[in-house]
Amino acid sequence: MRERTEKIRQTAKRLLDEKTVDLVLGHRKGTINSRNAPFFAHKPEDVDMLIWDGNCRNNLANFLVHYKDKRVAIVAQGCVSRNVVGLILEQQIKRENVYIIGVPCLGMISPDKVMESAPGEIVELKEDNEQVILKGRDFEITLDRSGLIRDNCNQCTHRNPVLYDELVAGEVKEQEIADRYGDIGNVEAMSAEERSQFIDELLSSCIRCYACRDACPLCYCPECFVDKFNPQWCGKSVDSRDVLSYHIIRAFHTAGRCTECGACEDACPMRIKVRMISSKAEKDIKENYDGYEAWEGLDAQPPLATFKLDDPQPFIK
Amino acid sequence: MKNPYVPYPVRIDNTVVETEDRNIKSFKLRFLSEKDRAAFDYLPGQFAQLSVTGKGEIPIGIASSPTEGDHLLFTVNKVGVVTTALHNLVEGDVMGVRGPLGNSYPFDRMKGKDVIIIGGGYAFTTLRSTIVYMLHKDNRPDYGKITLIYGARTPGMLLYKETLEEWSKRDDIDYNVTVDREAPGWTGRVGFVPAVTEQVAPSSDNAIAVICGPPVMIKFTLPVMTKLGFTPEQTVTSLENRMKCGIGICGRCNVGPEYVCKDGPVFTMAQLKEMPQEY
Amino acid sequence: MMKYKILKKNDLSAFLDALKERYKIWGPRSEGKQIKFAPISDAGLMCLDKFQNSTMSPKNIFFPQSEIMLSFRRSGEDANIYKETENKPSTKAIFGIRPCDARAFFLLDMIFKNDQFTDTYWFSKRDAATLIGLGCNEPCSSCFCTSVDSHPFGEKGLDVLASDLGDRYLLKVLTEKGEKLLGGLSFLDDPKDTDLAEQKALSKKAEDTLSSKISLENIKSKTVLQLYNQDCWSEVNEPCLNCGTCTYVCPTCHCFDIQDEVYRDGGVRIRNWDSCMSWLFTVHATGHNPRPSKKERVRQRFMHKFKYIPVKRAGEIGCVGCGRCVNLCPVNIDIREVVKTMNSAK
Repeated sequence: MRERTEKIRQTAKRLLDEKTVDLVLGHRKGTINSRNAPFFAHKPEDVDMLIWDGNCRNNLANFLVHYKDKRVAIVAQGCVSRNVVGLILEQQIKRENVYIIGVPCLGMISPDKVMESAPGEIVELKEDNEQVILKGRDFEITLDRSGLIRDNCNQCTHRNPVLYDELVAGEVKEQEIADRYGDIGNVEAMSAEERSQFIDELLSSCIRCYACRDACPLCYCPECFVDKFNPQWCGKSVDSRDVLSYHIIRAFHTAGRCTECGACEDACPMRIKVRMISSKAEKDIKENYDGYEAWEGLDAQPPLATFKLDDPQPFIK
Repeated sequence: MKNPYVPYPVRIDNTVVETEDRNIKSFKLRFLSEKDRAAFDYLPGQFAQLSVTGKGEIPIGIASSPTEGDHLLFTVNKVGVVTTALHNLVEGDVMGVRGPLGNSYPFDRMKGKDVIIIGGGYAFTTLRSTIVYMLHKDNRPDYGKITLIYGARTPGMLLYKETLEEWSKRDDIDYNVTVDREAPGWTGRVGFVPAVTEQVAPSSDNAIAVICGPPVMIKFTLPVMTKLGFTPEQTVTSLENRMKCGIGICGRCNVGPEYVCKDGPVFTMAQLKEMPQEY
Repeated sequence: MMKYKILKKNDLSAFLDALKERYKIWGPRSEGKQIKFAPISDAGLMCLDKFQNSTMSPKNIFFPQSEIMLSFRRSGEDANIYKETENKPSTKAIFGIRPCDARAFFLLDMIFKNDQFTDTYWFSKRDAATLIGLGCNEPCSSCFCTSVDSHPFGEKGLDVLASDLGDRYLLKVLTEKGEKLLGGLSFLDDPKDTDLAEQKALSKKAEDTLSSKISLENIKSKTVLQLYNQDCWSEVNEPCLNCGTCTYVCPTCHCFDIQDEVYRDGGVRIRNWDSCMSWLFTVHATGHNPRPSKKERVRQRFMHKFKYIPVKRAGEIGCVGCGRCVNLCPVNIDIREVVKTMNSAK
């Protein structure tokens, strides 16, 4: 982690000094121990704020559409680099305007798992190679980092950036995941009634804050479908039917484009596992379109945006 | 506790298309209940929330004067969901009115002074209310010289053409209605409102000016007022903002610490100078 | 008015049982990953052990996120006439409200009522509830209540304040409602002087524990425009996602949207929480938006809480220092840091 931080700072300084870019988009240490913050380094002096650790869960590609006419360097691990590819292919940003500082990723820490492991309020969280030390007012415990990694990171098959201008560390070995969608499979096996209850419970605490949408790099529409009033596609209340409409329609809009970076779950203040719905969409995409993974390179052909003569069409009898 | 969110039911008595592009319509409304009518005690400058069931509510300035009788007059520009639905209503239809809301023009300060009314486009609605109110025989003696400067893009875009015709014949109001450009059949003044204001050159001595119009008109008229000697305290305007509750509670329409629906919509330029320009 | 009483923790169940005859009892419960204020049938259902505060602020007890205000029919005798829906809230006794959230209620009481209008939806529920607050023996690290005129053992907005003295609560009666709640209950003892002294010490200890101390002096003395025109807003707004998290978890945020919903031949007028973070919040039908970019919207939130509300409400600060937005903002925009920056205005 330390080496990655140093290398990111050096690279950022060089890019800003040489005016290769107008801005370096990275992370800085948060004011609370469970989260870092996106950081915008505009001047060479700012680079010492940049860090890399297990709390770098924000997907920085989310901010690129706000800097379309600037040259931006972005600190990107595997999933984030794939979102950058997505934005380039969807013509939201130009390849020549983005400099990708690639970071091979060892997985991010899950704040939920950390909280569940601690006997009280955590005052300090320190990462030390393979271990994480948690300090509270009256306790100090050391845990294995591997037991605290986020679920989506445990299932990640793209830890290395797929597109980059330079790497700040050697590439890491990609994981081989036997059953990526085990959780989803469990829900699919339920009866219709059980599934309906499962979904209702999953979304019961949703407060329509749209943090999931606003943290997602795929959701860059200036006018989202929930904003439309004429006609109004989706109710704005917290009635379960309105909540469900929102999440399902959004999952359809992200299907085939989602890199499962987990920014949505990380942003949710009610700790809802929103990926249960979007990952189900991704599972369906893989089953119907030859295991397609979103944005693996600049030649990616997203199945819902590409027409092929041999597209599956079981609905035509 | 009276629920401040319940609209009074009213019936549409009459509708008049005011402008040649048919986008602006006036609605004459009558209360279904006498009790409601008696409670609706208003002064020019105030507004009301008009409801169309199933569509929503919109804040519209009251165009009628309280001196005109039991009905209310609203002039509405068709621009969105509710206004479009409203334009599709006909005589006899029932709709809702909630109000009166906001503050009125500062008649206490205007009494004993010359009053200059400057309006542009379809912002003229509450100014109609003000002039009718001041010209009423019971009120006219309270005010000095009344000067009207009102401009629209074309003659067909002028509001209240019949009322304007009546005013042009009176000798207790200095009548200056203008259109932006020459137009066939138009024998009146030609020129933009700021230029006409400069020509008419009302005196700022013991006077108050009330200005309502599109932002661009206000932008160019204010320097003229300053040139004529009007201080920011002597210049009054009315703001618009997106509103929902209209009663200073839902937090939406604020400009700085002031709520346009409750502390306004009428503000002096002196007040606006201390407020952020978020309107 | 009796001032103080002692309630032994062993008697808590009996206390709540006695109250059940007159009140619906509410308290903090854990539900999945959340802690929320909800009806409790038994003292044991409250998660008072290690309870710091509820995930969402308790403002939703009196100001639900979605609330039907009026209803209408589109045909028939009373077509197109809006009618009030039934509004008979239950009489509640709510246990465990933290002083920060209570001061937020005090502020919202000022906001939902002005010289002309009273929000009947808020007050009908608020008036029917009696609040038994619980002082914070161990404020969390993100709390900064003392910097914003609140206190771990603050009394504003509460009817009774309970202080946890270990095996017993010291109850302080603050209002008539509180007096009515505790009146006639047999197992409440009178406190000893040592109890009062212990509470005082606890309060001071809690106050000293608060690590975040921010000055608002400069914000108080500068004008609206001086704070509004600061350069800092360009930087503050950069990471903001313009989601609604901070506004929805905040105990003092009260903005709402009103719209009509149609079902078949009739419908309702419903109000839903809304957020100044949304670009839609201020956009006119013509398309003109007084707050066209993130910068204006982010600035609005902080200016509203720390300048506009104090200006309009006799110095009352629009933030109570509960720390929820600090913990839950997805991009860690820390209100404490923003306020420090605001306060350094030249």
